[in-house]
Amino acid sequence: MGHDVAHTSGYYVKIWAILMVLFFISVAGPTLGILIVTLITAFGVAAIKATMVMAYFMHLNVEKKYIWGLLASALIFILGLFIGVAPDVMKSHGVQWTKCNSFDERNLARFQHEGIHALDIGLNRTGRICTPQRF
Amino acid sequence: MGFSKPVATDRSATGIPTGRLAMWILLSSEIVIFGGLLVCYLLYRFHNTEWGHEAAHTNVWAGGFNTFVLLTSSLFIVLAHHAAETDKDNEKAFKWMWATIGCALIFLCVKAFEYTTEIHHGYTAQANPFWAFYYTATAIHAGHVVAGGLAIAICSFDVRKGEHLNRVELTGIYWHFVDLVWIFLFPLLYIAK
Repeated sequence: MGHDVAHTSGYYVKIWAILMVLFFISVAGPTLGILIVTLITAFGVAAIKATMVMAYFMHLNVEKKYIWGLLASALIFILGLFIGVAPDVMKSHGVQWTKCNSFDERNLARFQHEGIHALDIGLNRTGRICTPQRF
Repeated sequence: MGFSKPVATDRSATGIPTGRLAMWILLSSEIVIFGGLLVCYLLYRFHNTEWGHEAAHTNVWAGGFNTFVLLTSSLFIVLAHHAAETDKDNEKAFKWMWATIGCALIFLCVKAFEYTTEIHHGYTAQANPFWAFYYTATAIHAGHVVAGGLAIAICSFDVRKGEHLNRVELTGIYWHFVDLVWIFLFPLLYIAK
């Protein structure tokens, strides 16, 4: 049923003690209010904690290597999702488009003043007015 | 005609027991579920720095205490696995499994306290997109805590009788994953302000 490597229960308690130390660092670090320290202590330490849990509690350190590949393939899909969606979410405009929520009332008044037809302005699926593409 | 032992219990065509392989496949699908949610959160968080002000209203002490509880529960379930596999002590394994369930209940009680306080102060899922993500992520995670606790409870009675001991390890791997998800949720939702 189990893995080839057997440890004493004290071994797992030591791993837990290290995780506790890392946990206190991850809570205490961000209280300093320094961005780089927060990033390292909160997220860097979280990554170390996660790796330790996977390696020693889930026994991935003695698991077949293709299991790492199985888990990594899921992470690659997630990375693909991030890269694929990031431009749409994080950019407010492109060469021929402007995100609808960047539209403001002044633009609407200008379009009306210039006599641009409502169909030229265009409506998105939620019925909100978007900036014409030529702008 | 009696029930025979499931083939998946012992078969090892891939080099590891099929049950354990199935658990890893399940967890890889769970990575996509939680990973997709967290990626969406990160994308919007990068774009909306003002969410940090909303995150400041989460209870870091409660979240930190729950992190401590889940890390400790991970120790308990790995000790249950150790007791069943190495010590051949089923009674001890049973007790460690129920200690893990106790941690799950403490976690859920603290989470319920947090939800109550936050909703009471007007921080509902509709208050702000940050809170929508907060409730979605933590509620899905809490659902996994409940599922993991139930699975451990059901398996514990077989383990006490010396049956299906491999399930201690399988439920343990699942439980560690629940812990892993919280390790990332805690800094994202509570620490990053």
